[in-house]
Amino acid sequence: MTNRIDQADVAHIAQLARLSLSGEELIEYQSTLSRILEVIEVMNSEDLSSYPPMDHPLETVNLLRDDVVHPGLDREVVLAMAPSSEDEYFRVPRILGAP
Amino acid sequence: MNDEILDWGIAELARRLESRDVTTVEVIDAYQEQIAIQEPEVDAFLSLDLDAAHRRAMDQDDRRSRGETLGRLAGVPVALKDNLCTMEFPTTAASKILEGWTPPYNATVVDRILDQDGIVVGKTNLDEFAMGSSTENSAYKITKNPYDLERVPGGSSGGSAAAVASRMALVSLGSDTGGSIRQPASLTGVVGFKPTYGRVSRYGLLAFASSLDQIGPLTASVEDAALVAEAIMGHDPRDATSLQEVAPSLVASLAEGVRGIRVGILTNLVETATPQVQASVLRAAEVLTQSGASVAEISLDELAFGLAAYYVVAPAEASSNLARYDGVRYGLREAGSTVEEMMIATRTKGFGPEVKRRIMLGTYALSAGYYDAFYVTAQRVRTLVRTAFARAYADFDLLLCPTSPTTAFRIGERSSDPVEMYRSDVCTIPSNLSGDPAISIPAGVDADGLPIGVQLLGPALSEQLLFRGAYAVERGLR
Amino acid sequence: MKTRTTTGPAEGWEYVIGLEVHTELKTATKLFCGCPNAFGEEPNTSVCPVCLGLPGSLPVMNEQAVDFAIRVGLALDATIQRSQFHRKNYFYPDMPKDYQISQYDVPINARGHLELPSGRVIGIERAHLEEDTGKLIHRGGHGRIESAEYSLIDYNRSGVPLLEIVSAPDIRDPEEAKEYVTELRAILVTVGASDGRMEEGSLRVDANVSVRPIGETGFRTRVEIKNLNSLRSLVRALEFEGLRQVHLYEDGEAMIQQTRFWDEARSVTGALRLKEEANDYRYFPEPDLPPVAPDSDLIEERRAQLPELPSARRGYLASLLPDLSGDLRETVIADACWPYFRAAIDANITPARAAARCANELTALLAEIGELTPTRFVEVLTLEDRGELGASQVKILLREACVDAATVPDLIAKLGLSARDQRAIKSMVAEVIAPFADEWERYLDGDEKIAGFLVGQVMRKYGRQISGADARQALVELGDEARKSTD
Repeated sequence: MTNRIDQADVAHIAQLARLSLSGEELIEYQSTLSRILEVIEVMNSEDLSSYPPMDHPLETVNLLRDDVVHPGLDREVVLAMAPSSEDEYFRVPRILGAP
Repeated sequence: MNDEILDWGIAELARRLESRDVTTVEVIDAYQEQIAIQEPEVDAFLSLDLDAAHRRAMDQDDRRSRGETLGRLAGVPVALKDNLCTMEFPTTAASKILEGWTPPYNATVVDRILDQDGIVVGKTNLDEFAMGSSTENSAYKITKNPYDLERVPGGSSGGSAAAVASRMALVSLGSDTGGSIRQPASLTGVVGFKPTYGRVSRYGLLAFASSLDQIGPLTASVEDAALVAEAIMGHDPRDATSLQEVAPSLVASLAEGVRGIRVGILTNLVETATPQVQASVLRAAEVLTQSGASVAEISLDELAFGLAAYYVVAPAEASSNLARYDGVRYGLREAGSTVEEMMIATRTKGFGPEVKRRIMLGTYALSAGYYDAFYVTAQRVRTLVRTAFARAYADFDLLLCPTSPTTAFRIGERSSDPVEMYRSDVCTIPSNLSGDPAISIPAGVDADGLPIGVQLLGPALSEQLLFRGAYAVERGLR
Repeated sequence: MKTRTTTGPAEGWEYVIGLEVHTELKTATKLFCGCPNAFGEEPNTSVCPVCLGLPGSLPVMNEQAVDFAIRVGLALDATIQRSQFHRKNYFYPDMPKDYQISQYDVPINARGHLELPSGRVIGIERAHLEEDTGKLIHRGGHGRIESAEYSLIDYNRSGVPLLEIVSAPDIRDPEEAKEYVTELRAILVTVGASDGRMEEGSLRVDANVSVRPIGETGFRTRVEIKNLNSLRSLVRALEFEGLRQVHLYEDGEAMIQQTRFWDEARSVTGALRLKEEANDYRYFPEPDLPPVAPDSDLIEERRAQLPELPSARRGYLASLLPDLSGDLRETVIADACWPYFRAAIDANITPARAAARCANELTALLAEIGELTPTRFVEVLTLEDRGELGASQVKILLREACVDAATVPDLIAKLGLSARDQRAIKSMVAEVIAPFADEWERYLDGDEKIAGFLVGQVMRKYGRQISGADARQALVELGDEARKSTD
């Protein structure tokens, strides 16, 4: 079986997806993703250029709403869900790494 | 009495309640007893609240005694797939990342069930974020097939299917992205219906693949499916992909029959199935013929590309839909010294292996340099599939095929090989890609006594005809 | 296209600047939900499942935002087209869904242009709709992102509609960049799409800048500068960055394509110390939103309703007063002034007077006090045009007309501003200077310095009733008459 995706690719997409993989998982995912990609490649056996991409099953346009205010959620309810909050805000660790 | 109660469909239940043969509390008691017996074996539910169900039952009995007219689902015990938002129950999508999270809003379908006085007994197990075909990917428990506890109930709506099959709920709601209502319905011997894309609001459904997801009922009978479908269909201003068309009435036209209806047997999908499943499809075809339909064979070879396209589109959309589970606003948070480390730790701990696999697959398919080869090509396949269906619907009103190529497989049998698992959906995926409605109807059992389901497909918005066909199949096979 | 003298970053070099202006649209609600689009609310109070990205929530497009986008597109002479939203995927805590719903390859407005007051035409590549993010507040480390200990998030701004207007790299120096933003802002305000308040963040500018030796036609590596919160920052950041790039080239160093931010306190641009990760936004069509295809009837209706734009006002003003200075002209065509000027012209007021009163008195009065209808403004100017009131009287009267709703004649009576003609003024001046015979003789002999003294005496007595200019004019005329009679 050919490897359609290498471990560096897997590591790269894991980073893009904000996931961290152990060495073992890296090998596991490289193998299963390669198998899946092999199945997916069946698509390329057909010339599909005459079929425009279908973005969506619906063919409607302009499902718009009026610019009218609707009640939202109370702050207490919202912050009660937060894993961490401070005063009236959601709280997160620092954005950038230590200098 | 209890067993008798559990046998009643929605219409029968309504009649009995109306004529005071039984009280709503007695109905809920019967189901509670059944749950007490079955749930330890089947593991269909992630949360149950029978006290609340009792309170609602008492309230409904009070209202009835005051002469109030109740909704069409009055007294009906309903189970909801745990990816539908409910204010009264936690909503986890069977994922650790949402453990204990209770939304401050109901999904539109939940509101509609409650508006019709349905009584929600609990939330059912699923493959984490609806990603799977066996309900083995739940972070909490593995649901068993009530027909054989060593086997899977199918998935991802396995809990919803098992709950109805074991009569722990009269009806349930599931979601169907690639067959997640129909395949488990087939494997547990119940009816499962996926409406036309846009018929049912997705507001409050935890998104898996937004352009494929539809919510629908799992029930013991076609008539019950029609009743629940009527309750949940119709435009919702909170979902911009919700159709403006008025939802059709289904129950009233069920008995109109199929005389003169042209049905095509999808031979290329029939060929993917085991001989016993194939035989069931042919029996269903025979029933339709006897009911006055004309049946012929048709092969849509293009559908073979559906699986490949599905495993690009669904993971791609999922990779984006599941980005929001980042530990900032709700759900699980794992410690990290920076936001990025926190997000990585949270997602790594919170998501199971199959969800991670699909997120990575989708991320890859959308990433720079691969987008055209994967995503755009897959969307071309959707057009191809739709074109193929259009060709078929020029000659036929409905199409017939298996729901699942096999009956229920053993727990653990396919979980080591994702590709083998993905093939379980080969007959159901095309309708999701095209956005068309489809329904799975029980069609007997195989030599091991495991249920077989057959599937009817129709063009977009053909629900009324689809249900007439399903009703005819159900009656003919009974 | 007109040519314009530009100022390069250094001798022999020129700037190549393109601007991305994000403007918050003045809708009542957010882009995809019914939460109020308000500034200055209590933190995390204008939020709902949709703009918090809670599971299961779905976006529904705001019709008014589309309407504003169409108006701006028409004002920029762009092509209004069927557009599709995409998802721009990247993780950031101020973005609740960890993707931004934005328009990508098919924006609602494509290919327009904007004519600057200088006459130069700047290309507009696109103007597309997207949602704003929440707001981060950094705690510890003096509130700076790079030294903060942790951060807090307010999602009130999350989902506020933005129109991102992307210019072609046609701008050639920092002053022109400022002129472009000023003009664009005026257009946005005029069509009603934005309140244009830069200080409240409702107009935010990112600049793409590169430099090249004069004569070179290709584009060199560009740098994106963020955090330009005022026109002053924009100009200074571009000047700094242009020079920095020239120095790098002259020192033979490599230019890296990067995002830098403007550090106002230190007056430098700095590279953000973000972890290096190639931008891979994995755009794909937003499956939750059907395309937006503006109806052609609606477009034509909006085109017909489009208010007179700054460039048209400028043209009209130039036809009346070709020699008006740039500053005066820009003040007069501003939204605050223009209706008054037009009313004055319609009432046949002398254009120069109308422009002067608009620019000198009216703008200040409106900013300071507020209420004055164009009708009353014209009424006062008419008296001045007829010579019944002097300039200083007019100024007093205009001020009073802003605070007192009485009729203009009543105000004149109340203030004791008896309307007079020039002959009356002359006799008042003659009366005042009569006791100053020596000074008068010196004035007639050509001592200009003494004129100031004499006018001063007049103003001491009649300052509320006649203007210094009128007094001086009367003095000149009296002098001329006296000299003539002695000849």
